Amino acid sequence: MSAVTTGRIHSWDLSTGVDGPGTRFVLFVSGCPLRCLYCANPDTWHMRDGREATVDEVMAEIGPCGGFITTAGGGVTVTGGEPLLQPAFTAAVLRRCKEAGLHTALDTSGLLGARASDELLADTDLVLLDIKSFDSTTYRKLTGGALAPTLGFVTRLEALGKRVWIRYVLVPGWTDDEIAVDGLAAFLSGLGCVDRVDVLPFHKLGAAKYDALDIPFPLHDTPVPDPALVDRVRGRFREHGLVAH
Amino acid sequence: MTATVTADPRTADAWRQFTGSGWRERVDVRDFIQANYTPYEGDDAFLAGATDRTRAVWEKVSGLFPEERRRGVLDVDTATPSTITSHAPGWIDRDRELIVGLQTDAPLKRAIMPNGGLRMVENGLKAYGYETDPFVTRVFDTYRKTHNAGVFDAYTPAMRAARRVGIITGLPDAYGRGRIIGDYRRVALYGTDRLIEAKHAERAGLDGRPSTADVIRDREELAEQIRALGELTAMAATYGCDVSRPAATAHEAVQWLYLGYLAAVKEQNGAAMSLGRTSTFLDVYLQRDLDAGLLDETRAQELIDDFVIKLRIVRFLRTPEYDALFSGDPTWVTESIGGVGADGRPLVTRTSFRFLQTLYNLGPAPEPNLTVLWSSRLPDGFKEFCAQVSIDTSAVQYESDDLTRTRTGDDTAIACCVSAMAVGRQMQFFGARVNLAKALLYAVNGGRDEMTGDQIAPGAAPLTGEYLDYDELSAAYDRVLDWLAQTYVDALNVIHYMHDKYAYERIEMALHDYPVHRFMACGIAGLSVAVDSLSAVKHARVKVFRDRTGLAVDFRTEGEFPVYGNNDDRADSIAVDLVESFMAKVRKHPAHRDAEHTQSVLTITSNVVYGKHTGNTPDGRRAGQPFAPGANPMNGRDKHGVAASALSVAKLPYDAARDGISLTTTITPEGLGHVPGERAGHLVGILDAFVSAGGFHMNVNVLSRAVLEDAMEHPENYPELTIRVSGYAVNFVRLTREQQLDVISRTFHGAL
Repeated sequence: MSAVTTGRIHSWDLSTGVDGPGTRFVLFVSGCPLRCLYCANPDTWHMRDGREATVDEVMAEIGPCGGFITTAGGGVTVTGGEPLLQPAFTAAVLRRCKEAGLHTALDTSGLLGARASDELLADTDLVLLDIKSFDSTTYRKLTGGALAPTLGFVTRLEALGKRVWIRYVLVPGWTDDEIAVDGLAAFLSGLGCVDRVDVLPFHKLGAAKYDALDIPFPLHDTPVPDPALVDRVRGRFREHGLVAH
Repeated sequence: MTATVTADPRTADAWRQFTGSGWRERVDVRDFIQANYTPYEGDDAFLAGATDRTRAVWEKVSGLFPEERRRGVLDVDTATPSTITSHAPGWIDRDRELIVGLQTDAPLKRAIMPNGGLRMVENGLKAYGYETDPFVTRVFDTYRKTHNAGVFDAYTPAMRAARRVGIITGLPDAYGRGRIIGDYRRVALYGTDRLIEAKHAERAGLDGRPSTADVIRDREELAEQIRALGELTAMAATYGCDVSRPAATAHEAVQWLYLGYLAAVKEQNGAAMSLGRTSTFLDVYLQRDLDAGLLDETRAQELIDDFVIKLRIVRFLRTPEYDALFSGDPTWVTESIGGVGADGRPLVTRTSFRFLQTLYNLGPAPEPNLTVLWSSRLPDGFKEFCAQVSIDTSAVQYESDDLTRTRTGDDTAIACCVSAMAVGRQMQFFGARVNLAKALLYAVNGGRDEMTGDQIAPGAAPLTGEYLDYDELSAAYDRVLDWLAQTYVDALNVIHYMHDKYAYERIEMALHDYPVHRFMACGIAGLSVAVDSLSAVKHARVKVFRDRTGLAVDFRTEGEFPVYGNNDDRADSIAVDLVESFMAKVRKHPAHRDAEHTQSVLTITSNVVYGKHTGNTPDGRRAGQPFAPGANPMNGRDKHGVAASALSVAKLPYDAARDGISLTTTITPEGLGHVPGERAGHLVGILDAFVSAGGFHMNVNVLSRAVLEDAMEHPENYPELTIRVSGYAVNFVRLTREQQLDVISRTFHGAL
């Protein structure tokens, strides 16, 4: 029926409570335009490193898990990499998941939000939007990309009435600046679409992947945030009336 | 069984306010529960914490644990073979204890039970620096044969060989078989007078039957059961309890029930001495006394706490080798909690919560082995509480109530780890397990053992190709499994014939109906190794390396192959086929006393020892490496997370493994979600989904790798650290170093 669509995918996983609600089938697609310094999945940067898969093949993996993830209060999350680097493929997967009655989530940085069609978003129940910094200079240094498209994307999601969870990775010395956090919190609190903000403490569990790929891990010497800092930043979001975890 | 209604005024008082009639006319505890219990659909807010009294009793006895750990055993009575009445009463703290009764005259003092086997007693005593009393040796060497001696009189050379190389292993031929759950609730509900009366009636039913060997044996067994009930009455009297009559209060109900259980553990050193399904039964009594104002919640919890303290200190004298195999001192005092009744009402009561609450009031501990019978139809408040207790203590296991209710009824209890039986109506002959991975190597090697080179299975041509051929291997494997199933069931028949004869479980069987339904509980180990090996041969190319005698000693796999544990049917279907085919083979061989054949996919902690005794396997596992426990995928081969691995295990058909299919999961707290407050809800979702997918058993460990590593370095800081291993829980610090490393090396789901 639909156009023949294949994508490049990295892997899949069933995970709980970290990529949207409940236990979810998480599809990692390959390729990402950003190079976040803290990235935990450097093995998903390049489309060429992924394997080619048709939408049917992806659905053949998801199908046998459908009952399980639904009963467990979850669904399917497409993440990466950056799913909107392959918008037609991502749209087709989300459409097929909706047809199968599954809850869908799209995990994206929003950089390529303009590539997400209204149809793709109509098949997306929840957007997990990673806002990596609210300071455009920091954003560029941290990710290699621009902040503005992400902010434009969330404004569009607001207009479409999508439900959005914000993900904010807290990296000491990079994203713990109080003025930037305050600015982001104030911006988000003005949006009705944001259900919650997940403050994710920076971790180094991906370091071994850098070693395996023989590339340096840029934040090798950056400390993980101490719990007091994490609490403080969550508190900032809450002060603006947001639900923050 | 039936008996006339006793018009005893003591009974009328004990049964005041109870409703229903069937259970009055016949011994039928399930009917009593159904007619009288009060389902509870609320949350845990009503629960009471530990009182000073509870803490004082617990501290007094747990204060002995460090010394016991240091010495292996705290004390042993070396001169008195234990019976129900052999030992004078003993106490922990006589003025404070609410529930009384010890196995011997002092807490943690172990007894000897030579009926199972004298050598086990002698070795156990010797290992801990004790001498066997010469009189005991003379009696059991000269005058009274043991189960162990009987078995070795009747074993064939083939059975001995299969046992020696470990293709059939863990057989209960030198110790008590266990896994028989007396319906200890009967003591509380009816009192022993009534139970004796009913047993006399059952025995009289045999008077008209011709005296064939079977009938004579039944008559003798019933006579022994009656005698044992009398001894229970006498033993209880030494504690000032008159169990000849029914329990009249909640306090008495807990006490009577415990005394019934105590009689069993005074006389039987069974591998698993499980308790049954007691919480909702006891709730009827607790609720009656709460309603009458005789108790408050604090006191109700104290009774359960005190009962659980007693269950935590059940001890047997075993050998260090036995303890190494099973990681410490397991007694498998399994208590089954929750579930749903045939009429759709959840069997969850406030006392279901009270049992779990002991893990907070007394701290986490491996015993009693708290087992929740899970169904998505359980009340939300109970589900959330169970999940929270798991997250906080890792001390709970879950089994599918949906599967057990429809097979063994809504009064099913779990014996040991995963063995489901209708309480008081069904028993089993525990049969340990065979090593399916080793059997696969026998198929390659024409029945020769890959470690010793000895011919164990009947000679068949070994496979000689440079590469293994799937069809050829499958056919050879099928022949080896035919031989294995026959030798196995045959050996079990010998064992259970002798156990019935020389170490009959008098009191446990007195608390069963006559006639009883028997299971022959076989088992398999090494499932994931065998499956992945077959998958490698089927989907990749496996090259064989042989020694000078032609024995295949190593393999090299060329190419990729799907592995079990990733919800991939290409591998999982091999597992399903193997489970079904071995079950069918086992069923071909008649079982002792017409028992119904079952099998488990369970290793307990012996997956480490089995691995040690099994050579290189075609899946790439190296000789000596541990197997995965139970039905788990091999360590590290499940690549898609705990839920995907659970989905593979859930495909194994329960009807071809009615003695249970065990899955052990370990997950970090973060693996259950970013937000701590949401984790219990997420775990509830996983359990609902697993059971709905047809999964049977799940151990849930919520632990971080760092905690376990620190506990290895500083065991003194973690005396209570409890983890679930196969179908039970252990103190992590009591595992051997090898077992600790095995646990840590298993996939820690949710590392990222």
